[in-house]
Amino acid sequence: MSSSVLLPLAEVTPLPGSTYIIPALFLFFFATTVAGALVAVAAQRIIRGVCGLAVCCLGLAGLYYFLNSPFLALMELLIYVGAVCVTIIFAVMLAEPDEPAPTGSLPRRLCGAAATVVVAGAIFWSLARLGVFGRWPTLALDTRDWSVQKIGVELLTTYSFAFEAISLVLLVAILGALAIARSGRHNA
Amino acid sequence: MKTLLELHNQPAPYLVLAAFLLAIGLFGLVRRRTLVGMLISGEILFAAASLNFLAVNRFFAPDPAVGQIFVLFIMGLAAAEVAIALSIVIAVYRNYGSIKSRELSDLKR
Repeated sequence: MSSSVLLPLAEVTPLPGSTYIIPALFLFFFATTVAGALVAVAAQRIIRGVCGLAVCCLGLAGLYYFLNSPFLALMELLIYVGAVCVTIIFAVMLAEPDEPAPTGSLPRRLCGAAATVVVAGAIFWSLARLGVFGRWPTLALDTRDWSVQKIGVELLTTYSFAFEAISLVLLVAILGALAIARSGRHNA
Repeated sequence: MKTLLELHNQPAPYLVLAAFLLAIGLFGLVRRRTLVGMLISGEILFAAASLNFLAVNRFFAPDPAVGQIFVLFIMGLAAAEVAIALSIVIAVYRNYGSIKSRELSDLKR
């Protein structure tokens, strides 16, 4: 390297605290996902639940970026935050905005909630234990091709049948949605 | 401290988060009392599956395109599912005047 080329200052002496930026971002996206999911299932107003889902998907998009899949992070934002959440908001506007008050006696409701928490907690505990302590294989050296180009080529060669099938499913779903939503209209 | 700084390069936090999303999605699916609330919980279940696929794809899969393409298909199916489910919700609301899952007990009205 010639002496006239100046290295960026950050490469010569790391900026103070710069090693913490990436882990802090990771923790931020992690916490965003957890908080969004909690709001999505626990909010009393459905519109808040939808917003929780959107926040959860924002966090997930960040985590997808950390998992080496920036294309999927973009798709997550486009499809979930941009399309799915907005569609659900339309449905909330056309139907009811609130979760109804719980019915039944208090002990019975508490029993139901406790049973659900136990089942969900057992599923979480066993799967998390498998994830942390399971004997996963390790890759020796990462020489894999992570480019978006590879995804596109594989979609149009190896997975072309599934690709076409998905597009057919989407078409049928849209037609079916139109047919179902239209059929009950009184003034049609 | 060293492992904490390398947390984003380990599979465990992603797998634990996917398990958490699965559990909380199931919890919401059982506890929610409206159709739209149940649909939101179902979306969280889809997200759990996608995150699990991508985590395994990132750390263990020999071909990284497979997991990403699978997650793309999951997203497409989730979009189709939302379109159908919401049109059913609209139709149900039109017929019953409610989307509370407890009141939808008649097959025909």
